[in-house]
Amino acid sequence: MAPTYPKAGSGATGFDRALDVDRSWPDSLRGISSGAVVPGVSMEVYLPIAEMSVNALTIVGMGGVVGFLSGMFGVGGGFLITPLLMFVGVPAAVAVGTQANQLIAASVSGVLGHWRRNNVDVKMGLVLLAGGGLGSVLGIALFEQLQRLGQIDLTISLLYVLLLGAVGSSMLVESVAAMVRRRMPMVRGRLHRHTWMHGWPLKTRFPRSKLYISALLPFAIGTVGGVLVAVMGIGGGFLLVPAMIYLLGMPTALVAGTSLFQIVFTTAVVTLMQATVNHTVDVMLALLLLVGGVVGAQLGSRVGTRLRGEWARAMLAMLAMGVATALAVQLVETPVDPYSVTIGAPR
Amino acid sequence: MNGVRLLERGRRCGIPAFLIVLMVACGAATAAAQALVADLSSHLIAISTGFVGTEVVLFGAIDGPGEVAVVVTGPKGRVTVRKKESVGGIWMNRQSVAFDQVPSYYAVAVSSPLASLASPAVLTRHGIGVTHLPLVPAADQVVEAASLASFRAALIHEKQRDGLYGTGDGQVVFLGQRLFRTTISFPAAVATGAYSVGVFLIRDGDVVSAQTTPLIVNKIGLSAGISEVAQRQPALYGLAAVIGAFLIGWLAGSLLGRL
Repeated sequence: MAPTYPKAGSGATGFDRALDVDRSWPDSLRGISSGAVVPGVSMEVYLPIAEMSVNALTIVGMGGVVGFLSGMFGVGGGFLITPLLMFVGVPAAVAVGTQANQLIAASVSGVLGHWRRNNVDVKMGLVLLAGGGLGSVLGIALFEQLQRLGQIDLTISLLYVLLLGAVGSSMLVESVAAMVRRRMPMVRGRLHRHTWMHGWPLKTRFPRSKLYISALLPFAIGTVGGVLVAVMGIGGGFLLVPAMIYLLGMPTALVAGTSLFQIVFTTAVVTLMQATVNHTVDVMLALLLLVGGVVGAQLGSRVGTRLRGEWARAMLAMLAMGVATALAVQLVETPVDPYSVTIGAPR
Repeated sequence: MNGVRLLERGRRCGIPAFLIVLMVACGAATAAAQALVADLSSHLIAISTGFVGTEVVLFGAIDGPGEVAVVVTGPKGRVTVRKKESVGGIWMNRQSVAFDQVPSYYAVAVSSPLASLASPAVLTRHGIGVTHLPLVPAADQVVEAASLASFRAALIHEKQRDGLYGTGDGQVVFLGQRLFRTTISFPAAVATGAYSVGVFLIRDGDVVSAQTTPLIVNKIGLSAGISEVAQRQPALYGLAAVIGAFLIGWLAGSLLGRL
């Protein structure tokens, strides 16, 4: 019997009525194949870990759009994918776990270009990575605990609102200031300011970045990044890049490559742990996202090179703040259905 | 066979009533098989990569007058229902109730409205109808009766929204006097495992015969392989996922980067 998907209101008999109450998502987002699909060629793909079926084109398209944006702005784009996946009904935990897997590929292809241009500070990257390893172990434990308490969705949403809001607004201010400054004569300031953090012990030389700072500083930044990968499913480039520029004082040219270099390994560790501890990595979903993401990123980076830096940053900032606002509204808005059901139990 | 009719016939032939009761009880299996026969168009639902849900046809025959109820129950397990409350303006999960033995899938089809078939007590005893499901909270939980009812209703509502519990009752259609059929729909989100399809013959408000048919829902092919490796060899699965992503990223970076 040909598999059919009864639509609301179709005068179905028998148990078909069971499906008449559909989710309130628009058909285009759910990707319910209607007339547009050639009969016999179903674009529905069953996700073995998420245990649901999605329209392949929807997910590939999603990966493509996010890949385009991330290629254009030079960020991982994880902060867009996780909310989008949750929006099409993928459980938050699977969205986060799968996103970590997807990010490996995205950052490997990104770091290659930077490597060729010798824009990776390997020593700094390794210190960040050591921190990232610790952070991801902490993050996975936190994730498991929150999932048990039923607060994982809230935590993910709250972290997104706080981080995207904060980073987005400060980036917007910075980029607007840069646009204004462009019209005025440049005043060359000091390379970087010395703060109390630079008095930390374990002073180490980072020749490639021309820095002599405490190794604990990049270690701490890496730790925060690792926690974010595990809990939010984002690469953390969003937070790492400004931290490396403003806290460490690294040369801007090295920042993107170095942060990508460490994200490759942090996401690999997180993927491994999400797969073993939480069973939330869906390779089928990751593959679909990658197909779109890879193509999108290449197109995006081509457009990005023609875009002025501060304009790109301002647009990215507004995008981040848009996502933060949408999630914030969801948090404070009275939910249509205050109840939620999870298989399993608080252990 | 109708027990009352049998008793009457027995009395006519001089057979003591208790013996007939004994005969009915002993021969219950064979008698039931004769009173009610039903089977499914397929005993296996295979979830392949392109799975979007499916339908299974149940057909059968009864030996005399009566109504038919079909109950499909999925594998049972523990389910937690959480309720969001506003805390300082933010909606977060506060109360939670865990239910034991909750069927992952549940649907009913009847040949005439459920309420007219039998008394609520009979329906509850056989678990016919969503409202007659024995959804009990797991032990070691103290739940008020009022909030328990709303949590139970929320569980049913949520399952119905996902298409996993039937809304209202499906229809068992009679083709003539004896033959009947019904269609059972399964959404794509259907859980894997052993399902049971119970068919009840109801006469004068009582279940006179019942038959249970198994139905297996299984992943096959690629999706079966993926989820099996993910569950049994999680470390291997994770490693493969990491290596695969590395390769794809490397390929993409070195091929597309030069275009």
